[in-house]
Amino acid sequence: MSVEVYDVAVVGGGLHGLSAALHLARAGRRVAVIERRWTGRHASGATAAGVRTLNRDIAEVPISLEAMAMWHRIAEIVGDDCGFQAHGQINVAERDEHLPTLIKREAKMRALGYDHEELVDARELRRLVPALSPHCVGALVARRDGAADPHRTVLAFRRACEAAGVVIAERCGVEALDRQGQDWLLACEARRFRAPVVVNAAGAWAGRLAALFGDHIALGVRASMMIVTERLAPLLEPVVSVVGRALSFKQAGQGTLVIGGGLQGAADLDRERSTVNFAELAKGARAASDLFPAVRGVRIARCWTGIEAQTRDRLPVIGASPSAPGLFHAFGFSGHGFQLVPVVGAILSDLVVEGGTRREIAAFAPQRLMQQRAAA
Amino acid sequence: MSAQHTDLLIVGAGPAGMAAAVTARRHGLTVRVLDDQPAPGGQIWRAVEAVATTPRLTRLGEAYRAGVERAAAFRACGALYEAQSQLWQMEPGFRAFLTRQGKASSVTAGAVILATGAQERPVPFPGWTLPGVLTVGAAQILLKTADSVPDRPVWIAGCGPLPLLYMTQLLAAGGKIAGFLDTTPRGRLGAALRHLPQAMGRAGDLFKGLSWSLALRWAGFPIVRHVAELRAEGAGRLEQLVYRTQDGRETRVPAEVLLVHEGVVPSIHAPLALGCHVRWDARQHCQVPVLDGWGETSQANVFVAGDGAGIGGAEAAEPRGRLAALRIAARLGRLREDVAEAAAGTERAALSRALALRPFLDALYAPRPEVFAPADETLVCRCEEVTAGELRARAAQGRPGPNQLKAFTRAGMGPCQGRQCGYTMAHIVAAVQQRPVGDVGFYRIRPPLKPVTLGELASLEAQEPAA
Repeated sequence: MSVEVYDVAVVGGGLHGLSAALHLARAGRRVAVIERRWTGRHASGATAAGVRTLNRDIAEVPISLEAMAMWHRIAEIVGDDCGFQAHGQINVAERDEHLPTLIKREAKMRALGYDHEELVDARELRRLVPALSPHCVGALVARRDGAADPHRTVLAFRRACEAAGVVIAERCGVEALDRQGQDWLLACEARRFRAPVVVNAAGAWAGRLAALFGDHIALGVRASMMIVTERLAPLLEPVVSVVGRALSFKQAGQGTLVIGGGLQGAADLDRERSTVNFAELAKGARAASDLFPAVRGVRIARCWTGIEAQTRDRLPVIGASPSAPGLFHAFGFSGHGFQLVPVVGAILSDLVVEGGTRREIAAFAPQRLMQQRAAA
Repeated sequence: MSAQHTDLLIVGAGPAGMAAAVTARRHGLTVRVLDDQPAPGGQIWRAVEAVATTPRLTRLGEAYRAGVERAAAFRACGALYEAQSQLWQMEPGFRAFLTRQGKASSVTAGAVILATGAQERPVPFPGWTLPGVLTVGAAQILLKTADSVPDRPVWIAGCGPLPLLYMTQLLAAGGKIAGFLDTTPRGRLGAALRHLPQAMGRAGDLFKGLSWSLALRWAGFPIVRHVAELRAEGAGRLEQLVYRTQDGRETRVPAEVLLVHEGVVPSIHAPLALGCHVRWDARQHCQVPVLDGWGETSQANVFVAGDGAGIGGAEAAEPRGRLAALRIAARLGRLREDVAEAAAGTERAALSRALALRPFLDALYAPRPEVFAPADETLVCRCEEVTAGELRARAAQGRPGPNQLKAFTRAGMGPCQGRQCGYTMAHIVAAVQQRPVGDVGFYRIRPPLKPVTLGELASLEAQEPAA
């Protein structure tokens, strides 16, 4: 059997895998993306595609801000604007008792020297989102945030990868692993790949892939549910979330409402399937109709869940394996990885090509999730 | 009987659902029947109880009249009948989510019979989405429920028993027909005649069909044979109809209403959503659920009866419904296995008699090839406005399957969940990728099965998980 030889084998054809492959190929590496199903099959195809710096964990803020700058010139990076619209993201306080959370957050960000999150009063909120129920009292706003079109984004990254010479191997799941000299040998059904460097961007299944290499990383799974409605006339531009409730609410370019917010369905990693829990999803519908009373009569077109890895501290795993040479991890985005896609690819390229990065990624080191096992 | 839980949940109150309910009740099962319509009867006997008291009953024919006593027996059987209920999700185990009177709720059951019938096969051609172009089935519903007859002469294009029946009913109701464009390809009758010996068991039905055809010929409107292609044109609504016959002749006529019909296909969304296996039926050119001799699917305790099991008409639907009910009664210990087997013998004989004419009809009225290969400019997915050309172009890049194609093009993402574009997409993929259409598969079905509003979903109360 012939073996396909590359500088880097990226396992996982989701957005993070594609972004890593793109940056590595542009840095002159021969790259293959090895994908068990097809590009964007799971989380990348099921995401609400929010492009959000708002309310990020402090550890993520530096790379998130860099990613935001990249989103604002995304067409230069991947040749398509990915449907990105920067109409802002807004975290709404429904009642006075929710305001202190927002006030504290804004003060903390200012103290750290960040000015992208801004407190607005009820009047400005009304101006930004006229369709919002009048009971809302204020909000935190990130005006340069927005949302993109997930399928267009997958397609754009895929095409950019192909143009940069990346080989995309679909319907090709990694089944076994071997070490040959300085290289990793990946057995994928009928194909064999050999490369000194492997990027683990296998999403919800990344923990299993890491374990093949001897890295035991505690990883949970999320199955975040989404609702998409029929198309309607323009209702709102920004992406709206609410303090204290699981809701993310936006209108896509096609006119459909896209409603998420992290309500959880059930995931089955072995069957690669996830299912909607409607009793739970009803909470999202209630939140949406409380905030936007005009949408009560809008028909739901479809609901789904996407399977995504979740870490204990909700921060991603980005960095070199402490034990397996040439293995780099990029997963565990816990439901908020879409916005980070362009920058994480650049980080991986740094790590592989330069052996390090000037970007702040210490908080994402895989070791932090491996210690617990050693202590147990 | 608990209001929440029944032994058996039947979805659909047409011939199969009603027969299943009556049988299950006879053996003491608790039964809930959900149905979209305000009254029992399904498509064939739609509004039959209301029509029974009017002179329309005679006009709609003998087969329709048979629904009166079926609806009465169903009403009397003691099943919990919930009309105007939209089933929009079914979870294994089973919990069914439905909307009734603007409110969402859920119910549980130990077994399920999906008797959700058939839908008309979508017929994409340039202009098929123009106002003024409808299906024969939709027009027949208006005739049955509202006694509504188009006030303008209508063009009818297609093939199969339904256009013939509808034209007969329309003329009886005082409607006018501008012309019938018979899309049955040349040579189909010869192919169908192979099945004639078997079909002779249904000589009565054959003669019925023949008598419709003869009566229509006497009615004096033009009948054009072997029409292969259609095009509807007009500014904002249908104004002109262009048709091309197999010999290449193209004709343009003024038209205000065009009704099309190219047969019916089983409703497979509910079984697909439950993960039931389906297979390609090459004779009926559609997916059908894989069923055992009782109508049970690959998922235990999920049964399909009626046209949803494969097109067979009302007379096949009833024994299929009873077979499923017998099996469930036996499994619950309400009926001895040997008694169930004996009763099943009678039902299977009835089913086989009812299906005797089917091979003849399937061969005669097999869809013309043009139905599956619309011109590039034709809209295939009406919800998301995706053309045949876009699907062809994407299908040629790599080897995408239905779900990948959906992500690339948005075809199948709209509220109809691919009911309109699924088969056309599958045939386009098969043609471009040179593989059998049966191997292409279908879109993954996302809930809800029927559109439910945000307000309705919001009304769903938190409940205990099913026991």
